[in-house]
Amino acid sequence: MPERPEVVFAGTDGGAVLSIADYEAAGGFRALAKARELAPDDVIAELEASGLRGRGGAGFPTGRKWAFVPKPDQLPKPHYLVVNADESEPGTFKDREIMLRVPFRFLEGCLISAHAIQAKTVFVYIRGEYEQEFEILRDSLEAMRKAKLLGGVTIVLHRGAGAYICGEETALLESLEGSRGLPRPKPPFPAIEGLYAAPTAVNNVESITTATMVLELGGAEYAKLGVENSSGTRVFSLSGDVVSPGNYELPHGISLRELIYDIGGGVPNGRELKAVIPGGSSTPILTAEDIDTTLDFDALVAAGSSIGSAGVIVIDDRCCMVQLGARVSQFYEHESCGKCTPCRVGTRWLTQILQKIEGGRASQVDLDLLLSVCDRILGKCLCPLGDSDAIVVASYVARFRDEYQAHIDLGRCPFEGESSLERILAPSAMHEHGHEAAHV
Amino acid sequence: MSAYAEIQKLRRRYPDSTSAVLPALRLAQEGHDGWLPPEALREVAEALELTPAYCLSIASFYDQFHLEPVGRTHVEVCTNVSCALAGAQQVVEAFERELGVTAGSTSPDGAYSLATVECLGGCGWATVVAVDNRHRLRVQAADVPGIVEELQGAGEA
Repeated sequence: MPERPEVVFAGTDGGAVLSIADYEAAGGFRALAKARELAPDDVIAELEASGLRGRGGAGFPTGRKWAFVPKPDQLPKPHYLVVNADESEPGTFKDREIMLRVPFRFLEGCLISAHAIQAKTVFVYIRGEYEQEFEILRDSLEAMRKAKLLGGVTIVLHRGAGAYICGEETALLESLEGSRGLPRPKPPFPAIEGLYAAPTAVNNVESITTATMVLELGGAEYAKLGVENSSGTRVFSLSGDVVSPGNYELPHGISLRELIYDIGGGVPNGRELKAVIPGGSSTPILTAEDIDTTLDFDALVAAGSSIGSAGVIVIDDRCCMVQLGARVSQFYEHESCGKCTPCRVGTRWLTQILQKIEGGRASQVDLDLLLSVCDRILGKCLCPLGDSDAIVVASYVARFRDEYQAHIDLGRCPFEGESSLERILAPSAMHEHGHEAAHV
Repeated sequence: MSAYAEIQKLRRRYPDSTSAVLPALRLAQEGHDGWLPPEALREVAEALELTPAYCLSIASFYDQFHLEPVGRTHVEVCTNVSCALAGAQQVVEAFERELGVTAGSTSPDGAYSLATVECLGGCGWATVVAVDNRHRLRVQAADVPGIVEELQGAGEA
């Protein structure tokens, strides 16, 4: 069994720590006291020393992000910390478990981060579908307020209302300002002109929670965990065709084989591993041959994918890769905000071509067209949503070209109705948008 | 407290009151049987000094706001990849049979509505089913008759 040092979930014994007394008994709020004794720049220096990279998907170094926020005397406006708790990347369910099990460690991280960027107001933008998580944060926050732990900082819990795009930081800021969640052009970056056109740091829940532990352990000590360029632990969300799905906190650098087989118990029912999506549905697919790839930023880029949000989806040999493409593309089509034409039109076009291939009605030119549409979306939009669809669909074709070709050559799906994604329905909202076929 | 007064309380949390539009719409929806009829949009608009059209433009963007009536019990089944691999389609079909509604519609008596939705963030506990926004985890098709029986019991109580 691989070693499993716990950082984010340290001291929880697999359960939840939901009272201030229990949290303090486990060393809670020591990091905050330490941080408040340090100058803001020294807190940032600890984060830089830790090598912590953002856990939301983009992997930007947290300390550097904070360092980009101008000092209040350089830019005398209110400063804001905005926490992205809008977890919606398919395959990812870690922030939810962090909020459920270590709410105080997360809120402590909010206060530490606010101190580092000299913000007096923190907004936690929490996914609207997360009811229980919202209630736990609300109660934990109330307990901290009563215990006078907030130190003059106001933390506002702001609930989203069901829009994947609001996980993109500038769309999130628009949504928080009371607009439709449409991404903004960058620059200006949020660090300079973010919420209400004021300096803003936008960080993911796991990053903020880890920041607490960076202060607790010290940046240099934290950096000893993991591998080069990917320090520390990561909460991997394991799902799909695997015996023991769930969240597992593990050091970066563990291999897919260790995660899926040693920890996850392997592929159930004696099926064969076919593919792995390593970092949420927006990351290119890997095949069974990539099983020894390690889960860290550099190794996954070298393998042609990305660690993304560390949502690992295991797919066995029952799954038709054209159906997978159609269902994933439907997701991006549904969630496209519509602002940029290549994404709005392109994601729908990809879905339609994929449905045509799956339905056995496609000719060779459609496969070329599919890849050409991918090319025409890539890099032409304000945010990565359309790109994600294009990149992953192109990766399914690249890695499973024979299977795509077989649909065209046979004029039908080679799985003959037996694929694990057979007939899967798109979200109801798409049925109303006049789709000819809501199924894959 | 009136909806107007509650929304005034909400807007004080934000430097700019327009930020309160999402929580205000959520509140208005809770006060109107789970959807946003035109009068609910007018209420929010008045309380935040916005126009009803603006409030509609926001409500129509977000999946959790309903612009048409939903059932008194609203059932949502995630059909994204991880749930789909675990048999979400069979769960959807079981609900369609047991509730007598097709996904995306409401029963004629207004008791139930059924929807298929995108990832609810419970991929490791598939299939995720949300009943009035409360998540039920690891639901299999075989569990559905029992769930529906429970919901019908709760509806009659």
